[in-house]
Amino acid sequence: MGATIKWDEVEQGQELPAAEYQVQRVNLVMYAGASGDFNPIHWNERFAKSVGLPDVIAHGMYTMAQGGRYVTDWAGDPAAVVDYGVRFSSMVVVPDDDNGATISVSGIIEEKLPDKRVIVVLTARSGDARVLSKARAVVQLA
Amino acid sequence: MALNRDFIGRAYSSPTPYEVSRLKIKEFAAAIGDANPIYRDAEAAKAAGHPDVVAPPTFPIVFALAGAGEGLNDPEFGLDWSMVVHGEQRFTYDRPIYAGDQLLCTSTISEIRSVGRNEFVTVRGDVTTVDGEPVCTSFNVIVERGGAK
Repeated sequence: MGATIKWDEVEQGQELPAAEYQVQRVNLVMYAGASGDFNPIHWNERFAKSVGLPDVIAHGMYTMAQGGRYVTDWAGDPAAVVDYGVRFSSMVVVPDDDNGATISVSGIIEEKLPDKRVIVVLTARSGDARVLSKARAVVQLA
Repeated sequence: MALNRDFIGRAYSSPTPYEVSRLKIKEFAAAIGDANPIYRDAEAAKAAGHPDVVAPPTFPIVFALAGAGEGLNDPEFGLDWSMVVHGEQRFTYDRPIYAGDQLLCTSTISEIRSVGRNEFVTVRGDVTTVDGEPVCTSFNVIVERGGAK
């Protein structure tokens, strides 16, 4: 068990490879079912617009999950994430077309901690908007 | 209307243990689009040194607010759900969550603060096994827009 990335081989300030994740309406329907969050702003365009939103928006937790996926894919083990927090700073608007929206995630090693841990700070964008802020994960490396 | 500050410190426990199943983890992994076999295949998880499939880092959102609903939905609290957005979320882990875990969550309304016209409510969820072993802590900040006016 454990991460495949070695603590000794990473440096403070190191950038992690960026990744892009597509999100379409069907993903939000699946996320609603899996999470139990059936708020209609996440699947019903008519309702979303009636409450002043530009269109259906992704669950914040869906976006947070993409950031989590980014970190666990990098570290090589889902159990390596020992602390993960975000602020939801903007919406991911998901249009009803063949592309949906793109969430672009990048990360940087902000600090090397004792016990072979690191702090990874994430940036997540969709279009021009920064959709997560204060996004940081503490990761247990090998 | 401002939220009722008398609720700060009130704790609510999940009425029954949450049983983490392989199928639920697989469903959640599919929903977030994550193909990692450690979420989907017990043999792959065991080969990676885990006792069973592992839950993704954000998985506790599935059950961590179950107890808090009782407090947040109390009319005396004064929360208008139609104005609520998710402000912040954090999970800290004592150990990973595995299929087969039986988990209890105690949710505490730990803080209420006004920022401008908005009310920020922090709900801390302390997740343990039924035997009392600490597993993780969830910090959920919900924002009631216009609630502080």
